[in-house]
Amino acid sequence: MSTPKRIAGCLSMLTVASAALAQAPQFGQPIAPADIAPWDISIGPDGVGLPPGRGTAIEGEAIYVAYCQACHGEKGIGPSNALAGALVGGIGTLAPDKIPVKTVGSFWPYATTLFDYIRRAMPFQESKSLTADELYAVSAYILHLNGIIGATDVLDAHSLPNVRMPNQDGFIPFPRNPK
Amino acid sequence: MIRKINRDPVEPAAGNGILSRRIFLEGTLAVGATGTGLSCASAEPLAVQPWMKTPGSGFVGYGQPSPFESKVVKAFLPSPATPGVGASRTPLHLLEGMITPSGLHFERSHSGIPDIDPDQHRLVIHGLVKRPLVFTVEALSRYPMQSRIAFIECGGNSQVLNAPQAQPLNATAIHGLVGCSEWTGVPVSTLLDEAGVEPAARWVIAEGADAAAMSRSIPIAKAMDDALVCFYQNGERVRPSNGYPVRLLLPGFEGNMNVKWLRRLKLTAGPAMSKDETSKYTILLKDEKAWQFVFPMEVKSFIARPSPGLALRGPGFYEISGLAWSGNGSIRQVEVSADGGQSWAPAALQGPILPKAPVRFRAAWQWNGGPAVLQSRATDDTGMVQPTRAQFAAERGLRGVYHYNAIASWRIDEMGEVNNVYA
Repeated sequence: MSTPKRIAGCLSMLTVASAALAQAPQFGQPIAPADIAPWDISIGPDGVGLPPGRGTAIEGEAIYVAYCQACHGEKGIGPSNALAGALVGGIGTLAPDKIPVKTVGSFWPYATTLFDYIRRAMPFQESKSLTADELYAVSAYILHLNGIIGATDVLDAHSLPNVRMPNQDGFIPFPRNPK
Repeated sequence: MIRKINRDPVEPAAGNGILSRRIFLEGTLAVGATGTGLSCASAEPLAVQPWMKTPGSGFVGYGQPSPFESKVVKAFLPSPATPGVGASRTPLHLLEGMITPSGLHFERSHSGIPDIDPDQHRLVIHGLVKRPLVFTVEALSRYPMQSRIAFIECGGNSQVLNAPQAQPLNATAIHGLVGCSEWTGVPVSTLLDEAGVEPAARWVIAEGADAAAMSRSIPIAKAMDDALVCFYQNGERVRPSNGYPVRLLLPGFEGNMNVKWLRRLKLTAGPAMSKDETSKYTILLKDEKAWQFVFPMEVKSFIARPSPGLALRGPGFYEISGLAWSGNGSIRQVEVSADGGQSWAPAALQGPILPKAPVRFRAAWQWNGGPAVLQSRATDDTGMVQPTRAQFAAERGLRGVYHYNAIASWRIDEMGEVNNVYA
């Protein structure tokens, strides 16, 4: 083997080696957004992610009685399971020196959170089983029990993010988070 | 090497019997001369026990603690209607050192512990990224890994100390929602870099594969800093109760954000405002406002021994042993008091002292048999000092539930019984 050929061979090996070194390991598989959709259950406070569908409190009552009442109590008051918590009431109890009763009505800042949470985590024994219409309806029922919307007000992807919650302005940033 | 035994009396370092920590630093104690030893009658003659006379048992595939240690278990209240909802607590008053055995690490679950087949599990990264990606567990395990020792503390730990009257509870019931493991996994930044973060992405919504699909929003800066996707806990695969097959570790941040059974990271411009970052894990202050997105678990300590249920057996020498940690950095100092905070002396800190990891502290105490109130006060390397309960309440009131980190107090009575008190 002549010297120039040897040098060329070494150079090409060097090129291969440095290319291999420069490449970070990449083991993620590309996936199309449509294929992620069944998992993408996040709903922002702006309503992004809300599915098509609609419901009212009147329609939601039967769903609440069937799936929610056993733990959360009749009309969202007096839950039988302490971990379930009350869903209704407590407005005014955040005032200084009062014992706070933190419910959807008195404390939750966004109505979208209610829909998001019911869809991902409820009913407890069978989460992710309600249809979009059922989710809008039962959300409407809980909001109506809190006096936030009317019995026949329609909740859908447009109206839900526009529901103004009584405690929407109740939150301030923690002053000592790391920069 | 000949070890020099120090026979000098151990000097008091603070009131009501707190001794100098040089006992721990020098490893010697002048017993008798200072009266620090327990006075004992002569011992019985030694017996040769049966286990020295016949061969012991054979090997087992996965070792278990001695049957004599059957009381060292997690503490939890049964919830038959909703099993696996709520929390079980690390039995802190029965453990030593800084590492929590994996099977005794506290757990907080919102819809039970899922039984996940690792071959079917996926982690997806999407949202404001150039390349949405999905990872199998096997794929994740091929990346270069990192290990770090870190505590995880539930945001609701010690919340019972907000109550107007001190409750008759022990160290485990009060402080047991904290644990520490050596966690091993892949930096989240590695995976986000591969997906290509869009400039508009400010938050990462993390979601679990449990029935509650537990979800929290994390600032992108934390995700890119020291966040890990963990497979291993104390050298073995993460336990199901702690997130098998993969969980998120956000060192120093509120436990709830360290999402278990991690299945999804969605990059967004704003936070999701999920149930657990609005209706829970926010801190209602004295006025009607609540702090939201309270990330670091601030500097804290408690005394594990003596503590309620571990009564003192007569006057004499006792080691005070406890844990201190800070989600903002390393523990610089722990002080102890036996007179309810009137006087303090520095405790010995057991190394290694690591950022966002608990430190075991030890102090020497000569109990004179009289009433005493034991306290510990930690300082971290940012200079933050654990507040008194009064200071804590003055800043935020006692309605906040979460992130309680004030100085805790054990009262010792003349019988040696130990009780939770406010002092």
